[in-house]
Amino acid sequence: MTTPVELEQTQVDPAVNEVESQDRPWLSIVWNDPVNLMSYVTYVFQKLFGYSRDEATKLMLDVHHKGRAVVTQGSRDKVEIDVAKLHGAGLWATMQRDV
Amino acid sequence: MNGWRRRGGLLVAHLSEREAGLLRGMVGQVREMLEARVAALPRDELAELTGITAGPTTPPADRVLARLLPDFHREDATLSGGLRALHEPELLAVKDGVAAVVLETCPARGGRIRLTDEQAQAWLSALNDVRLALGTVLEVTEDMPDELPADDPRAPHLVVYHWLTWVQESLIQALAGT
Repeated sequence: MTTPVELEQTQVDPAVNEVESQDRPWLSIVWNDPVNLMSYVTYVFQKLFGYSRDEATKLMLDVHHKGRAVVTQGSRDKVEIDVAKLHGAGLWATMQRDV
Repeated sequence: MNGWRRRGGLLVAHLSEREAGLLRGMVGQVREMLEARVAALPRDELAELTGITAGPTTPPADRVLARLLPDFHREDATLSGGLRALHEPELLAVKDGVAAVVLETCPARGGRIRLTDEQAQAWLSALNDVRLALGTVLEVTEDMPDELPADDPRAPHLVVYHWLTWVQESLIQALAGT
């Protein structure tokens, strides 16, 4: 026999959690690679995250010239989904905790 | 093929029989590689009961598949493994889905192709997956020449790679209206 897990004991205080995530948010990072087209990367940033063409172009140029750019940030759950979407589009993306 | 154009709300292009065969062959190849990754998953009684499929926790050994399914974190292998198990089944389904759209809308004998915006977006992703696969095998670099010396075994394949690049670029321009 078993009893239901007492969920309340494991719940994190939402207020504390929020402060922590704002202090050190997670970042999704897109890395430069030799295959993806500049026009395609710009298009993907606009489509996935709603950036204007100018904003998306600036991010794409950061990837191209600096080798990487932070594309989105937020909670771990959000950024994890952002990275999965970027992988779906074929971009080379990873996530990491802001330092 | 003379590139993509927007006509009456659709994205339109014409592919020769040879071009259509080439494209369908490559999209089919990538799809088979992805299917093999799905098939390699261990049979999971829990997944069958709950309908929730967990993916593998380790990256593919094959370099092409590894490029199509990258790690989520550069250093933290445990985090990457957990996120891969969680997200890879859906990623594989997305990639299979876009490949299927190309195979459904590109006639084997070539001819006129008409795509809605949604179908065109699937084409963009599928073309990109094929370019990633071919680019990985060819070990392309940013300053890859237009042509390789004739005695380089990669030379004829690089021509195909550049053609795919052009097909994708043309579709982006038509789709984004630039």
